[in-house]
Amino acid sequence: MAGPKPEAVVNGGARQQPSDLLKKTVGVKLKLKTKQQELLIRVSILFLVYVLAFITRLFSVLRYESMIHEFDPYFNYRTTLFLTQKGFYEFWNWFDSESWYPLGRIIGGTLYPGLMVTAAIIYWGLRFLRFAVHIREVCVLTAPFFASNTTLVAYFFGKEIWDSGAGLVAAALIAICPGYISRSVAGSYDNEGVAIFALLLTFYLFVKAVNTGSLAWALASAFGYFYMVSAWGGYVFIINLIPLYVLVLLVTGRYSMRLYVAYNCMYVLGMLLAMQIRFVGFQHVQSGEHMAAMGVFFLIQVFYFLDWVKYLLSDTKLFQAFLRITVTLAVGVGSIALGVGMASGYISPWTGRFYSLLDPTYAKDHIPIIASVSEHQPTAWSSFMFDFHILLFLFPAGLYFCFKRLSDATIFIVMYGLTSMYFAGVMVRLILVATPAVCLISAIAVSATIKNLTQLVRPNHKVSQTGSSKGTGSVKGSSKVTIDQSQPFQRNGAIVLLFGAFYLLSRYATHCTWVTSEAYSSPSIVLAARGAHGNRVIFDDYREAYFWLRQNTPPDAKVMSWWDYGYQITAMGNRTVIVDNNTWNNTHIATVGRAMSSYEDEAYEIMQSLDVDYVLVVFGGVTGYSSDDINKFLWMVRIGGGVFPVIKEPDYLVNGEYRVDKGAAPKMLNCLMYKLSYYRFGELTTEYGKPPGYDRARGVEIGNKDIKLEHLEEAFTTSNWIVRIYKVKPPNNRW
Amino acid sequence: MGSRLDLFLLTIAILLGTVLSDLILSKVDRRVDLRSQIVRVTSTLKVENDGTNSVLEVLLAFPDNHVKHLAYLAVTPKEGKGKSKDSANSFPMELVHPKDMPPALTFYSVSLPKPLAKGDSLTFDVLAVFTHALRPFPEQITQADIQLLVFQESAHFLSPYAVKVQSLSIKLPDARIESYTKLENTKIHGSEIKYGPYESLPPFSYSPIVVHYESKQPFAVAQELVREIEISHWGNVQVTEHYNLNHGGAQIKGEFSRLDYQARPHVRSASAFRNLVARLPPRARSVYYRDEIGNISTSHLWGDSKKTELEIEPRYPMFGGWRTSFTIGYSLPLHDFLFQSEEKRFLNITFGCPINDVVIDTLIVKVVLPEGSSDISVSTPFPVKQLQETKISHLDVAGRPVVVLEKSNVVPEHNQYFQVYYKFNSLALLREPLMLISGFFFLFVACIVYMHADLSISKSSASYLAKLQWDEVQASVQQVQSIISRCLSIHDKLEASLRDLSRTGDVQSCKAARKAADASLKELIKELKPLLTFLQSSQQASQILPKVEDLVAKEKDMQDRLLAKHSTVVDCYEKKYGGKEIENRVAQQQQKINALRQEVDDLLDFVDEI
Repeated sequence: MAGPKPEAVVNGGARQQPSDLLKKTVGVKLKLKTKQQELLIRVSILFLVYVLAFITRLFSVLRYESMIHEFDPYFNYRTTLFLTQKGFYEFWNWFDSESWYPLGRIIGGTLYPGLMVTAAIIYWGLRFLRFAVHIREVCVLTAPFFASNTTLVAYFFGKEIWDSGAGLVAAALIAICPGYISRSVAGSYDNEGVAIFALLLTFYLFVKAVNTGSLAWALASAFGYFYMVSAWGGYVFIINLIPLYVLVLLVTGRYSMRLYVAYNCMYVLGMLLAMQIRFVGFQHVQSGEHMAAMGVFFLIQVFYFLDWVKYLLSDTKLFQAFLRITVTLAVGVGSIALGVGMASGYISPWTGRFYSLLDPTYAKDHIPIIASVSEHQPTAWSSFMFDFHILLFLFPAGLYFCFKRLSDATIFIVMYGLTSMYFAGVMVRLILVATPAVCLISAIAVSATIKNLTQLVRPNHKVSQTGSSKGTGSVKGSSKVTIDQSQPFQRNGAIVLLFGAFYLLSRYATHCTWVTSEAYSSPSIVLAARGAHGNRVIFDDYREAYFWLRQNTPPDAKVMSWWDYGYQITAMGNRTVIVDNNTWNNTHIATVGRAMSSYEDEAYEIMQSLDVDYVLVVFGGVTGYSSDDINKFLWMVRIGGGVFPVIKEPDYLVNGEYRVDKGAAPKMLNCLMYKLSYYRFGELTTEYGKPPGYDRARGVEIGNKDIKLEHLEEAFTTSNWIVRIYKVKPPNNRW
Repeated sequence: MGSRLDLFLLTIAILLGTVLSDLILSKVDRRVDLRSQIVRVTSTLKVENDGTNSVLEVLLAFPDNHVKHLAYLAVTPKEGKGKSKDSANSFPMELVHPKDMPPALTFYSVSLPKPLAKGDSLTFDVLAVFTHALRPFPEQITQADIQLLVFQESAHFLSPYAVKVQSLSIKLPDARIESYTKLENTKIHGSEIKYGPYESLPPFSYSPIVVHYESKQPFAVAQELVREIEISHWGNVQVTEHYNLNHGGAQIKGEFSRLDYQARPHVRSASAFRNLVARLPPRARSVYYRDEIGNISTSHLWGDSKKTELEIEPRYPMFGGWRTSFTIGYSLPLHDFLFQSEEKRFLNITFGCPINDVVIDTLIVKVVLPEGSSDISVSTPFPVKQLQETKISHLDVAGRPVVVLEKSNVVPEHNQYFQVYYKFNSLALLREPLMLISGFFFLFVACIVYMHADLSISKSSASYLAKLQWDEVQASVQQVQSIISRCLSIHDKLEASLRDLSRTGDVQSCKAARKAADASLKELIKELKPLLTFLQSSQQASQILPKVEDLVAKEKDMQDRLLAKHSTVVDCYEKKYGGKEIENRVAQQQQKINALRQEVDDLLDFVDEI
């Protein structure tokens, strides 16, 4: 017995050693590998999210075609085309005589060039790399491309404020969030497409700068801000949110050198850079909307000064007195400066748009032109649900986690989330600004919850494994089980919750895909409907009309239409318009509104004075297309009446009711818009079993079927009557 | 045209009555087809040599104002009734300016295949195709009107030779005839007007006639058509055609009413055309139809093995004077059109446009050859203007050579094959894929270099050093972790040996296991020491150091307890205590071990996250 024993031991030792060695090396390798694996998984998830964000936005191309959507993108497309053809300086000095006839528009000085320059640079870059792409394709895909980039920024932002898990979840959430997709599908070539990227980038870089106190990051955030200013008017949000954030940090006693460096660098450089954009100019020092940033800038200097004095003065009492004097002085000087600036007119007061953001009812009473835009309406709960889905419920949860682990970064995201949620409630279109914040905060909730749950599952898993193996071995295990008695239940609960989270997230993914494919991919130039047999019917009337204008009217013809269609007419029809979507001159728009709501002979005089050759109206009575000019008509009356008191809204209403049938107001039945929309419509049978002249958009038989035009003649009507173009006849001979 | 010219011609005819009297035309039969917007005049001429010398050439005369509309002229021998309009056996001809001829006339000289001896005769067909020869009158009509056209011609064949017998028939579309010039021997036969026969007319006889008739035919005129034929040796010929089309008929005046157009399209809008049919080659695929502002959804495509037909509708019905422009494009299989002859390859494809009955004022055909093609030559069945340019497309460095062929006044008769010969090395095909591959390759190499190279500018800056230190700290923490986990696995082994003991009661092997574990644990602790001292010395590690130390301490504690428990259990077995007894003795320790284990796991997780 004694003989073999040591041998066995030796043997065992010998056996164990190589295996141990093996394990050691394997262990080291495995350890390294898991790190590498983690990196690999992270990178591949990010890559997939990047691709997903891009391809989910291609539904519009699949369903329709590679085309520019909506209204504003057509202007952006036209200017980009100009930029790529004529070069930057021509673009910068462009005076456009094709819009706002006879005033014209200085394009270079009245637009945010970021989007166009971005697209042009991408275009030139691809050309340089010998990819012979068309500028239209570049424009169509700019928004998805930037949405993909936004996911990357969201990842880094999430990593900065929480951890890389939250970053990944944030990237995945924002990649498919409908609130963002609504403005960044392929073809939606609008400022917002790149602006959200710039916004999030600026915020991320600023938070990074605050966290590190590094000048480099602050400089980067100043450049991010510059890009944002060049891209979208929404930069005002940044220039107010960041000072507010700094203020909150100051008040909560989180002032630090890092903050000082970050804010000063970002503000001063950002301001100087922003002044290079002609449309913004000196607003940073002259406009009331930018004063908060300047105030906080001075305040932080005072703070720094106080800090320094405090360091010098050891006596607290003395310091208290000094503090009081300095603060009073600073506040006094600041308010006097502000007051003098305001009084002398050096600092312009807040604009109407800004007011309407703070006070949702302001626009309705004072600026009908802002209130008339559907995307400026207060947001309905349903559209929150539609755009955010589960994020709406994860948002408060994420806030809870943020508050639980309060840091400079989480304070920022909380403030961003709360303010942008408020603005999202004021205006539908600002859901877009809230989306990144909501995604980030929800990502924190999702990531933290799942992490907690998996932690519950994981260690239990180990214990239970050892426990079970013991249990099979002997009765000894039973004591073990009694120790962990509460845990299996917890573990099962965690698993159930994990499945629940998975279910919710998958519901979110399906919802997003459905919304993207059904609701947000329509170009709104081409309308699609289901035919009687379930087939797809395409109404391409807009392009039909614009192309007709382009081909069959004199090149210098002036077209009068409601301002909604101005950009499209200039871009697709290539004809001069009286007013367009850049609503800079309210009087001009009101003049058009007045012409549309006057009797024909009065309107003729107005049109003569504006050199109008063609009048274009949009009419949905045949197809049941509801966003036509008759439905927008009251806004024309209101806007026209706002400038010209001759036009009175009650003249067009019957007992406060808007009607187009027999009971309509006489002025309504004979105004230009009514006549142009319904000219010869009374002879047409639109629906089986209904009398001729049955308006399908409003579901009534029209009140004036015998419309005679004196000064205009029908020049073109599209196949579904959606667009009708009339030619203004030259004046009759007097003799 | 006017009668002034006619008078003038008549006087000249009398003056020069006997010029070129060697030849006479014994019989002339002219048929004018006015059923489309293109005027096709087919003349059958019987030429007789009445002189002494044999004759090689025959002159054809056209008034200058007709010549500017002349799109196509071909002379073919009359051989049977078959339509032998092949360009192969047509007679060559050239524009000549013979002396002593009346002005305002243009002459074409037709070379006969063999000399015409005295007394011999030869019959041949002359096909002359005119565009824009029909004039709408009135020039403007309303939407509901039907357009009326005016056609002017001479009832007598204009020729420098005397004509013995001649007749003229004019084929009109099946519609109302407003008026026509009535001469002697004029008959009307349904939609056909016949003049003649007239006999023994002197040279240059001219008798103007005018026909005024209704026509519902579309007047599709392409002011410019650019056809771009791009060859890809990967197996594709991409044809892109840019049309600039208008309705060349009577212009619409006054309102266009959609209601009238919808209600009775063929009555109230007869002069408009709403669609065109393009006959594409068979196996055409990826067909598209679009314009500057996007895709046009109103098109239909069907095809069989012989042809592919594409019916396109412009965005709006085309009334007189209205214009539109659009692009159609399609891909064709390369092997149907590209052939090899000796060293050269050649493309064999039709010249004209695939849409029926379209008159093209200017046709530009661009053949884009693959990059690197050389020795380019073109052969066309009729004279065209030739240019060369380059086009830069995807992944081109030098650009692709483009052969540009330009021709004005093109009619369907020009739909003939032409050839472009060029040399191309097949290896050059691989250039573009290789470029792409190398591009990606360098991108990845750059990534690898970036990941592995240390690009920091200052190697002595504080942050850089801190970063280096932090990396070291992380590495050593990782090592600590791995050692701890190995310790834990040894613990598991010990537990396993205890279990074996309870099953087999083999105390010796249990002891051996314990000894081995003891040894390896000691070794591990030895390994742990330098790591810990490093961590203690490093500033960067100050944050995690307490945790790591805690971890090590806990582990040590657990180790000790486990060993103690082990020895207790083994002792008990040696003393042959009962299971219950052992359990009671160990229970407390076991509990502590479990608690410690839990803590160590937690700590490990925590450290792992750093």
